[in-house]
Amino acid sequence: MSAPSVLYDAPGPRAKRRNLLYTVLFVVAFAALMWWVIGAMDEKGQLDWAKWEPYLAGTEAWTTYLLPGLVNTLKGAGLAILIALPIGALFGIARMSDHWWIARPAGMIVEFFRAVPVLVMMFFANAAYAEFTDIDSDVRPLYAVVTGLVIYNSSVLAEVVRAGILSLPKGQSEAALAVGMRKGQLMTNVLLPQAVTAMLPAIVSQIVVIVKDTTIGGALLGFDELLAQARPAASFYQANTIATLVVIAVVFIVLNYLLTSFANWLERRLRRGKKSTGAVVGGDMVEEQAPGMHLTDESTGHRMN
Amino acid sequence: MFDFLSEYDVLGAFWTNVQLTVYSAIGSLIWGTILAGMRVSPVPVMRAFSTAYINVFRNTPLTVLIVATSLGLNSTLGVTLGGEDFDQMGFRLAVLGFIVYTSTFVCESLRAGINTVPVGQAEAARALGLGFSQVLGIVVLPQAFRSVVAPLASVLIALTKNTTVAAAIGVDEAALLMDEMIEIESQALFLITLVIAFGFVVLTLPTGLLLGWVAKKVAVKR
Repeated sequence: MSAPSVLYDAPGPRAKRRNLLYTVLFVVAFAALMWWVIGAMDEKGQLDWAKWEPYLAGTEAWTTYLLPGLVNTLKGAGLAILIALPIGALFGIARMSDHWWIARPAGMIVEFFRAVPVLVMMFFANAAYAEFTDIDSDVRPLYAVVTGLVIYNSSVLAEVVRAGILSLPKGQSEAALAVGMRKGQLMTNVLLPQAVTAMLPAIVSQIVVIVKDTTIGGALLGFDELLAQARPAASFYQANTIATLVVIAVVFIVLNYLLTSFANWLERRLRRGKKSTGAVVGGDMVEEQAPGMHLTDESTGHRMN
Repeated sequence: MFDFLSEYDVLGAFWTNVQLTVYSAIGSLIWGTILAGMRVSPVPVMRAFSTAYINVFRNTPLTVLIVATSLGLNSTLGVTLGGEDFDQMGFRLAVLGFIVYTSTFVCESLRAGINTVPVGQAEAARALGLGFSQVLGIVVLPQAFRSVVAPLASVLIALTKNTTVAAAIGVDEAALLMDEMIEIESQALFLITLVIAFGFVVLTLPTGLLLGWVAKKVAVKR
């Protein structure tokens, strides 16, 4: 069912009137909600121009609070994806090993860390760095956040890599084995390069998840990222809490929307491509996957494309 | 070795996570289904609203939403959601934040499920003279739900893990307890982490296995 219009007929005169009625009712309900929100904000003075001015008409708030925060967000997320990718690839390949004593432990580690909330791993990393290393307490939150993100996301990416390799047509490995390649050569020369291309949309979608998860470190570990700027900025600019939160949310929405659109564009392009095998691991796979639910299982075929 | 655990209400903390999950799951399922219905409805305004809602809240980090319910709604605007004390208020605000966020994923899963229902089903229903809400409610959605049990189970499991974010506004759940325990019993760091992590494995793995089995049972064979 591709077009939603299959769910209803082209509206006749009665349906047109009814749709108009629904439109009016919906707009009235929405306007009432907005009226309440604006009223509540106005009552607390949150709509005053002075509260929004620092963000809309000045650069100081951006250069003092938001941009340094955004840089830290990107730094944390960038480090996390760069470190998690090779580890994830390693575990994904290990899980597909022919030797059970490699495949089983790798599978158990991946399943375990996918089941544990990323915040738990961040708390653990933070305390472990404080206890066992002499990392300066200024940068410890960054280390802890990146470590927590790496532990969780490398196990997610391991599954993405596995799905990417499994999405390739069987003829690829058969042909490679037929020309006399070893298993290692098959993986590094034939399967991985194609799988990486197929995985790109899923990897970009995972970056969105990582960007969102850096805020956990900001709220709970004192990592100086974008969301952590909310309190200092709001207290400096006369309690413009709502304005600050809205601006921060908008920055995240724009950033993540661009990344998601990029992932969708990649996915469409790969599907259309004539040079490749047409194998794609879609972006929607990553956000919905969970432990115990196998991505490559036929019965849950939605995420594997 | 596990002695110190008796001084902390570990089970009680996990019970908070379970409660957060259950209330948020019910709310997200209802609100997500309404959003999905609006997304495919014949009324353009509703379609636009649903699309905009999903693009906005899917791309907002959950932590921002949770912090906003506390700092924005509660502290600034004075919304209490009928909560009488700090704990009750924090709990309700967190559930609100989780519903706002998780419903977007429920909606997207459902929409994917609606796409798996063969066109002929809706065409046959329309040929019988059913209107949009009947086509959707009687024919298409029941089949769509059966094919999205697995994706919805994944959303539920992700929600279970996400409930730890409620720690950001001081809800007494497992991750916050872990933080307190580490502070006091720093020598038992590995043990504490193992206990909390194991708790989440116990919460999520059976849910995944059970719902994975249910998904196979109820899937419409085509």
